[in-house]
Amino acid sequence: MNAVVGHGRYVEGSLDKMMRPTAEHRGCGTSVNTGQASCRSRAAHGELPAEIWEKVKKHPCYSEGAHHHYARMHVAVAPACNIQCNYCNRKYDCANESRPGVVSEKLTPEQAVKKVLAVATIIPQTTVLGIAGPGDPLANPEKTFKTFDLVAKAAPDIKLCLSTNGLALPDYVDTIAKSKIEHVTITINTIDPEIGAKIYPWIFFSHRRYVGIDAARILTDRQLQGLEMLSERGILCKVNSVMIPHINDHHLVEVNKAVKSRGAFLHNIMPLISAPEYGTVFGLNGQRGPTAQALKALQDACEGGVNMMRHCRQCRADAVGLVGADRGSEFNIDRVMKMDVKYDPEMRKAYQEKVEAERAAKVAASRAGLAEFAGEMSEITVLVAVATKGSGLINEHFGHAKEFQVYEISTSGAKFVGHRRVDVYCQGGYGEGERLSTIIRSVNDCHAVFVAKIGGCPKSNLISAGIEPVDRYAHEFIEKSAIAWFRSYLEKVKRGEIQHAQRGDADIRCGSLISAG
Amino acid sequence: MPFKIIASQCTSCSACEPLCPNVAISESAGRFVIEPAKCTECIGHFDEPQCVAACPVDGTCVIDTSLPRYQAPS
Ligand code: SF4
Ligand code: SF4
Ligand code: SF4
Repeated sequence: MNAVVGHGRYVEGSLDKMMRPTAEHRGCGTSVNTGQASCRSRAAHGELPAEIWEKVKKHPCYSEGAHHHYARMHVAVAPACNIQCNYCNRKYDCANESRPGVVSEKLTPEQAVKKVLAVATIIPQTTVLGIAGPGDPLANPEKTFKTFDLVAKAAPDIKLCLSTNGLALPDYVDTIAKSKIEHVTITINTIDPEIGAKIYPWIFFSHRRYVGIDAARILTDRQLQGLEMLSERGILCKVNSVMIPHINDHHLVEVNKAVKSRGAFLHNIMPLISAPEYGTVFGLNGQRGPTAQALKALQDACEGGVNMMRHCRQCRADAVGLVGADRGSEFNIDRVMKMDVKYDPEMRKAYQEKVEAERAAKVAASRAGLAEFAGEMSEITVLVAVATKGSGLINEHFGHAKEFQVYEISTSGAKFVGHRRVDVYCQGGYGEGERLSTIIRSVNDCHAVFVAKIGGCPKSNLISAGIEPVDRYAHEFIEKSAIAWFRSYLEKVKRGEIQHAQRGDADIRCGSLISAG
Repeated sequence: MPFKIIASQCTSCSACEPLCPNVAISESAGRFVIEPAKCTECIGHFDEPQCVAACPVDGTCVIDTSLPRYQAPS
């Protein structure tokens, strides 16, 4: 609002002022469907070839470490699609991209470029532009590639990223390479046409509509062929899969292997979102999504194959900003077209250097925390939930959290394993009991919840649910604090003060899913 | 009998527009319409009318029976 307009132009010395609005923002916005290389890739430049680390270190979706610090944005220039998925209801809007009832603003390529420049100036940690629909970008090739070309000219420091269902991919691989697109996400839900027939009622390919197994076979072949062609050209590929219980859940381990052998860099398994009110075939059929435990078990089963991405927020086709903190509403197109934007790559560079310094401090802190474990080993692993606004800090109040980030801690460190979306507990000053129990259900598999601050009522409710509320690490680094807490937990177990037990399952709340295709 | 688009069902996704071999489909103020004089039902171009095959909402691109059938030039 005003703040936005006020920040529209960079003024000498305003860097610090700009840090603040950012800090209010949460970690990563999720990028699209994107996630990070998970576990493996976080902070771990040591483990990745240098040229790949260069490509992913500032991509919130491809690097879990980056998702605390950098933001991505999507522009909705591509409304048409060439297939139908049973988890999508395009009569209203793409279920994969946004929630029903929320009409995405369709942009022309020219409007999209203006919006990119405005967002990148006001939110200088925006490093990635993605086109992910709301339909399939490659079913809208003119709009998609025109937008990318215009952005590449106007803002060469922004990384370009594309999400597709893969049907048209083999035809556009060369155009993608020419357009300097470094990251491509393909949604591959199955490599078995029999399973595919249960997910895709039809495709439109070479001037015809195909249905059933024929349709699924063409789609699968084209997706895998496109993936191979991209890998050969050195373009980083992420594969998204929607986990659909009883349809493709066990099969996704096969998909993981198949995409690994074709050079995929990252695999993001997302839970099916199928609330009946979304009006999708699956929603109306009563097809359920997986529970948190089932999702994590599948992700764990795929470990060792392609890197798993776990920080995906299933973001919208018009998402803007850091994780969990969508600022899209500040940038509606009428407002953007009136802004006087002065794009300044130098200011962005200076800002991002500060972010890198902050990030290095965080990595050093978690290494130091880990060093304290030296020599100690334990079989015990626990999950903890963290309320954060980003920057890798425990800096959100329990009552204001829109999501909790979940870490798995063991004596080998704290590893990010996912996030849980919740409804904000505090509404106008007081909390709501009903909401509180839903929040507790969504972190029910965790042993502790780390917050900057928490009220008496939620505190006692958490305790009676067997989850420890921890506010003594307010504004400290997440990983270091989690390790310190875990040390004291292990000591208590050793002394016999508490008995270690696994906790139960948790609910996955419907959030917006993004990513075409 | 050219095809027409039932406005109340159309999601304005634009899938049909670039596929029409006769440039009969156009958008104005976010609505897609077929110009009857230009529609050839795709006869001579494709096995299926392209707007019907590509449209995600079944029953949205339909034949307008009030107009005569297209005659392929002989
Ligand atoms: S590919 Fe995306 S836009 Fe197309 S039907 Fe599937 S989910 Fe919807
Ligand atoms: S039937 Fe063919 S010619 Fe007629 S409007 Fe549809 S696509 Fe165009
Ligand atoms: S394809 Fe169907 S829904 Fe999309 S614009 Fe054309 S008529 Fe409308």
